[in-house]
Amino acid sequence: MPLDTAWPEGTVHQVPYWVFQRAEVLAREQETIFRGACWHYLCLEAEVPNAGDYRTTQLGELPVVVARDAEGVVHAFENRCAHRGALIALEDGGNTKDFTCVYHAWRYDMAGNLKGVAFRNGIAGKGGMPKDFKLEDNCPRKLRVAMFCGLVFGTLSDATPELETYLGPEITTRIRRVLNGRTPEVLGRFTQALPNNWKLYTENVRDSYHASLLHLFFTTFEVNRLTQKGGLIVSESGGNHVSWSAIEEGAASTEYAQQQIRSDSDYRLADPSLLHGFQEFGDSCTLQILSVFPTFVLQQIQNCIAVRQVVPRAVDRTDLHWTYLGFAEDTPEQRIMRLKQCNLVGAAGFVSMEDGCVGGFVQRGSAGAADQQAVLRMGGHDALSSDTRATEASVRGFWKAWRAATGL
Amino acid sequence: MQLEIHAFQAAYARCLDDEKLEAWPDFFLADAVYRVTTVDNHRRGLQAGLIWANSQAMLRDRISALREANIYERHAYRHILGLPLVEQDGAGATRAETPFMVARIMRDGTTDLFATGRYLDVFARDEAGALKLRERVVVCDSSRIDTLLAIPL
Repeated sequence: MPLDTAWPEGTVHQVPYWVFQRAEVLAREQETIFRGACWHYLCLEAEVPNAGDYRTTQLGELPVVVARDAEGVVHAFENRCAHRGALIALEDGGNTKDFTCVYHAWRYDMAGNLKGVAFRNGIAGKGGMPKDFKLEDNCPRKLRVAMFCGLVFGTLSDATPELETYLGPEITTRIRRVLNGRTPEVLGRFTQALPNNWKLYTENVRDSYHASLLHLFFTTFEVNRLTQKGGLIVSESGGNHVSWSAIEEGAASTEYAQQQIRSDSDYRLADPSLLHGFQEFGDSCTLQILSVFPTFVLQQIQNCIAVRQVVPRAVDRTDLHWTYLGFAEDTPEQRIMRLKQCNLVGAAGFVSMEDGCVGGFVQRGSAGAADQQAVLRMGGHDALSSDTRATEASVRGFWKAWRAATGL
Repeated sequence: MQLEIHAFQAAYARCLDDEKLEAWPDFFLADAVYRVTTVDNHRRGLQAGLIWANSQAMLRDRISALREANIYERHAYRHILGLPLVEQDGAGATRAETPFMVARIMRDGTTDLFATGRYLDVFARDEAGALKLRERVVVCDSSRIDTLLAIPL
């Protein structure tokens, strides 16, 4: 269906609000992004450690099963029975020797291959499947699967480049920084239901400009200020990014006071132990927010490590799945610190609570403004890496990748 | 004891619903544990919480952050509590399990069922003999939280 779109080609410093509002845009995204040539985070390898383990997840609207077979190979396939389209797996995860659709008992192995059809030969010589029916011709679609540092990604498209190429060297280096050489353990899983289009969240994640302005908690305790040492990396595709900041001793700044920004106060904690993290990465970087186009986020805020997965549910509704991580190598004290610092993030997070509502403010604020445009001119017009976070370059990068993928 | 716990729970709910948030930490001992989690995490023994505190001072910080730092749309809760099931465990501690439903009323009047779940409590007395929470684990039935969790449950 042709879309009535007014958006000058190549422009990423202005974004029309119709992209967050139209059902036909979401339909195009499902086809060209979620079922298109992109890698999508599926789960952690640590969530399917043993033969027979599985998890269910979503590629946008497409339901997916991730399963480990007896040889240890991780597979992913559409969670759709090849017979009549019912879900094959109904739980979030578990351990099984095979999958049997509840509707007519068609049975699949851990790779999504059809292994059995109930009453295939009929009953008492009557009925049954025709002679030319072949099990191997009837399977749910299988995804290509690739793993990196214990993260499992999948794609339906043969055109998606190899995962490490897709991520790019800057991104792989910084995923390794957080995850490599350790054994992740899930500390908890929570879902935050966001009252907005999914892209308002993926923009927010890449928006290094807002962090210290909207999130006062960060700024006050100097966990994060734009005047701290930090920077922004945008991948060549535009779609992947890293925003980081580091402690610089004695770098007092009067710039916030001069701007009379709300982010300057004398608010102090009664129990500051939350902020007394441990050295984990051999560097002074206290914050690293990393995104992979379209919907994956790996977050390090001090010692709080989490992966986030964005799943659109409707034009104006999005599920944000948080998985909090520790590592098998953690000491008991380190584990307590991670649990404590989980207070910073998630639906009740001191730092990220606002991200749950601010997308809804945009969705509602721009409701009658489909033909108006958001302004993304902080730091220029391009989508390049920079040594300042007072820029919207990685948000523009998201739109560069989005426009390339959707053709809009 | 049973009646005292009934009165305690009623006072706790009124404190939050009347937005007397500064008084909320006083329901806890100084070294109390307060966690908000979900049935799914609880059943699997996963320790992380939406809120995770192991001191009353951390609860005070929650409230000062809500007052001074965090941004959210104005709203209020209405807690409806079920009857506490009170038991003495083998170690002599008083435990209670209390079901709750919480409606959230937004500034525009929208009223939603925000959360259902149960409080898993361990009660103790402070030095003055007053009944306090040594531990409260708030186990929400759903794994989903709508928009954000600002005011505690």
